[in-house]
Amino acid sequence: MYVAVKGGEAAIGNAHQLLAEDRRGNPDVPELSVAQIREQMSYGVDRVMTEGSVYDPDLAALALKQARGDQVEAIFLLRAYRTTLPRLAVTRPIDTAAMQVSRRISSCFKDMPGGQLLGPTFDYTHRLLDFALEAEGAVPQAEGKGSLSDSLPQVVDLLNAEGLIERELPDAEDAPVGDLTREPLMFPAGRDVRLQNLARADEGYLLALGYSTQRGYAKSHPFVGEIRSGAVAVEIDIPELGFAVDIGDITVTECQMINQFKGSKTEAPKFTRGYGLAFGFAERKAMAMSLVDRALRAEELGEDITAPAQDAEFVLYHADNVEASGFVQHLKLPHHVDFQAELTLVRTMRAEIATAQAESEAELAEAAQ
Amino acid sequence: MPAQVSSDPNIAARQRRLRLLARADRATLEAALAALPSPPAWRRLKQPETGLAMVRARAGGAGQRFNLGEMTLSRCVVALQDGVMGVGYVQGRDQRRAELVAVFDALSQDTTEAGRIEQLLIAPVERRLAEARQQRAAKVAATKVDFFTLVRGED
Repeated sequence: MYVAVKGGEAAIGNAHQLLAEDRRGNPDVPELSVAQIREQMSYGVDRVMTEGSVYDPDLAALALKQARGDQVEAIFLLRAYRTTLPRLAVTRPIDTAAMQVSRRISSCFKDMPGGQLLGPTFDYTHRLLDFALEAEGAVPQAEGKGSLSDSLPQVVDLLNAEGLIERELPDAEDAPVGDLTREPLMFPAGRDVRLQNLARADEGYLLALGYSTQRGYAKSHPFVGEIRSGAVAVEIDIPELGFAVDIGDITVTECQMINQFKGSKTEAPKFTRGYGLAFGFAERKAMAMSLVDRALRAEELGEDITAPAQDAEFVLYHADNVEASGFVQHLKLPHHVDFQAELTLVRTMRAEIATAQAESEAELAEAAQ
Repeated sequence: MPAQVSSDPNIAARQRRLRLLARADRATLEAALAALPSPPAWRRLKQPETGLAMVRARAGGAGQRFNLGEMTLSRCVVALQDGVMGVGYVQGRDQRRAELVAVFDALSQDTTEAGRIEQLLIAPVERRLAEARQQRAAKVAATKVDFFTLVRGED
């Protein structure tokens, strides 16, 4: 029998009104503008862009406002919006060596050309709450001194004259590049697909997996070859013109992780590499991503697969927080009929057990007589 | 800095113009349009449109290509009354900016007009961008670590 259930419409309408009222909070407090979120909650905006997989700070700030600051909800909103837009172009690969850096450090090479540039980092702050920020103060001005070269070489490549660090070689120009927005995830997944998956992946999930590799779940002994954050130009081929044009800058954070590798039957001992890249200032994400990228190269490098972070199917299938959140949260949807069926099943099983017990007790009683 | 500058000087000049126009805000473009001695007339060959560009990157910065994520992008193609075509591609969702870039691109195909637009719009935008870049670079350069080694007296 099919039973149509209606009656939630009024409740849903009122729930949305209540959500809107609660989102606004106390009306005596001024409302946040999208521009304020974009400018002053920028790391939150960056995470929404990276995992929402759309670079647009205004849209990400709007999504954060609508989601009341819930990052995963905001990421979901951005992913949903993205499906309404046509794909107009694929960019040329961005050139991170030509980045206009805001930060650039290496924990391997102290005296690298161009130097260690700390940039706007939380590192070396004492993590004490700054109550001065409770009051609106003057606009801070940072000190300027000196200049930077237009292009800072990737130190991992520059300081590799001995060839002790694995080199990254470009693929053929006509080789296909996997795209998870067009094709479902398939295994074995190439590094292109893995990196796209990890770039969109939940930061907390990657952080935990990366951490696990440091704690012994996958033999990795990582060093930060280089981390850099800053603006890179984006170039696209313009079909109407027949040549490429630079259409603007995006901010990205890149991490080049270097890992010890003991060598295998075919390979001499050397350092191998893991790569992390994310939109905006996203150092923790880029670092975690590079650890997991390296762990997922276990098969290619002939290492034993013993740890969760090395298991490509496990890692890649559970990395997306929009998918994960959807599947976990779908449990809230009405499962009334399913549950009724399960109830009937459990009642039947219990009745069967009770009957069987009664029968065996009767048999025992008979045997005893 | 564009990585792919054409060796053809005409194309290289157009690449430079489009790169700078794409970075001009809407108010700057509108002001330059209003400052032209005679307001140009144009028609749209391609309606202004907003969509996405998939941003490609390379593993390790130099290796295998992969898709990092998308970015918003707006574009427009216009033609002036004499049929000269101009294109506008800009980051983001401001279609008016894309259209104005296309108009200035079309106008700049004429050498005399190109000189006027260079003075009025392109050169000032280039100057402002260079200043902003230099100021930012100085602030970042001020965070450079100067290592020094402490001489210890053990031997």
